[in-house]
Amino acid sequence: MAGTDQSRTSGNDLTRTSAAELSTLLASGDVSSVEVTQAHLDRIAAVDGDLHAFLHVNAAALETAAQVDADRAAGVTLGALAGVPIAIKDVLCTIDMPSTSGSKILEGWIPPYDATVVARLRAARMVPLGKTNMDEFAMGSSTEHSAYGPTKNPWDLTRIPGGSGGGSAAAVASFEAPVALGSDTGGSIRQPAAVTGSVGVKPTYGGVSRYGAIALASSLDQVGPVSRSVLDAALVHDVIGGHDPRDATSIPDAWSSMAEAARAGQSGEALRGVRVGVVKQLDGDGEGFQAGVRQRFTETLELMAKAGAEIVEVSAPNFEYAIAAYYLILPAEASSNLAKFDSVRFGMRANVTGTVEDVMGATREAGFGPEVKRRIILGTYALSAGYYDAYYGSAQKVRTLIQRDFATCFEQADILVSPAAPTTAFKFGEKLDDPLAMYLNDVTTIPANLAGVPGMGLPMGLAPEDGLPVGLQLMAPARHDARLYTAGAAVEQLLEAQWGGPLWRLAPELG
Amino acid sequence: MSEITPERVAHLASLARIALTEQEIEQLTSELGAIVDAVATVQKVAGDDVPATSHPIPLIGGMRADVVGPTLTTEQALAGAPDHDGSRFRVTAILGEEQ
Repeated sequence: MAGTDQSRTSGNDLTRTSAAELSTLLASGDVSSVEVTQAHLDRIAAVDGDLHAFLHVNAAALETAAQVDADRAAGVTLGALAGVPIAIKDVLCTIDMPSTSGSKILEGWIPPYDATVVARLRAARMVPLGKTNMDEFAMGSSTEHSAYGPTKNPWDLTRIPGGSGGGSAAAVASFEAPVALGSDTGGSIRQPAAVTGSVGVKPTYGGVSRYGAIALASSLDQVGPVSRSVLDAALVHDVIGGHDPRDATSIPDAWSSMAEAARAGQSGEALRGVRVGVVKQLDGDGEGFQAGVRQRFTETLELMAKAGAEIVEVSAPNFEYAIAAYYLILPAEASSNLAKFDSVRFGMRANVTGTVEDVMGATREAGFGPEVKRRIILGTYALSAGYYDAYYGSAQKVRTLIQRDFATCFEQADILVSPAAPTTAFKFGEKLDDPLAMYLNDVTTIPANLAGVPGMGLPMGLAPEDGLPVGLQLMAPARHDARLYTAGAAVEQLLEAQWGGPLWRLAPELG
Repeated sequence: MSEITPERVAHLASLARIALTEQEIEQLTSELGAIVDAVATVQKVAGDDVPATSHPIPLIGGMRADVVGPTLTTEQALAGAPDHDGSRFRVTAILGEEQ
């Protein structure tokens, strides 16, 4: 970890400094937000040509940083992350930058308002660096479905960075940004974090506002933080979380500080007596799990046990049907949500003659990519008369059974663990022609979305066979996100003690 | 086996207002057939006694005070429109005849 003194010396060090450390350096006046922001813009200029993590870089970033510096100099009271740069997934509406959700149909569209999470990070005086790449409308696990071309994995440019939030994960993993925002409908924060050696959190459903997040599946979507450390994710969570009257599904309760929870986890004793449930159906022994993922998972469990955690096996038999239920519920909700792209109020309009319906059909044909069309048609089928009960209705019942499984598991365990993804990053093109194979990549992450419980992905080492990052997933009961941060920070500390520093130090040089 | 035929895909596409090409219809027919067969397993899992869950965290209430708040201006609402006349969105014929 770069120390305070070294951090002053070069932009390279500033880009490797955590948001928590930047907060301290900025507060003490050791560095300015302009210096920190410039270092990250330089890094983006140096490596993003290879990576393509950003769809848009914020031209006003330095100006925003200068305003924060001026306010700090004038003695204005500022929050912990004031002056810290942040990357924003393109699914989130920004009033000053295009918001395309990775789709051609929204190319160049500038929303008339900010998403609540964006408004909150601006209020906290964070500095938006730009908008990050993603699978179109967040449909995918690789960013290969972005209309603007894929993002590369900083650990190996021939491999996917995960998806849909591959841009945010790659930006953080390649030191283009200290922290980022993502969205997670079936794993789109946690799986990219896993395959890029980053940390990502899907909060409890309703814990973070969805207002201004371009909807994929409204009963599953959650916005959350992406970072290189558990504490940094917690700091961002504290900025964006909490009740929003503009989101009818926002939980009105008060939340405790996630940063305090993360700091509590760094005490070294945080895992003592914690019941850690290994979900039998996701324990890595199943079909499709890579040997190196299984190995790192087993080792991490041993490490947790040594630190005093009580490892228990729990069973969630209905998780077996989670993917099937998800790929009915998600397309059904998506087909409805995406009806708004009608060539009338915003976005693209195809240049054809005919009725408004003809124009609509031609626009959606030209503006949507193959995966989006596939899911809209599937969702339309699942919702159509005569099939609704058999497909959508049955999937909603499975959702109830999965919630019951979680309830049973959480009677026996305080947190649940599994690998965050069944494999390390796969190669571009490997699963592109087989939608079902792509869908199976989300096997570990989907249950949390169906039940609304919070989940975290964090690095647990490199797979011996390919040297690529492997992620651990932690899950907690709904509204107990703080538990993830405490346990996550504790596991992170144990692992980093073993590695002699954070995993990202092993990432290859770029640019 | 699934009931996904090219005719059904074409019908679904027209409901979803996507003017698919013949080639896309052909490809989607085979892809959706495989996907529907895979997801159809949900039908045999839950009995009639299991209620459906539409939302993961049930919230009741959520009423706000009935007061006027800030809204988008006409200019803001029209700013992203492909075509407008200054106060309304403009579209082509809605009744299938030239206007």
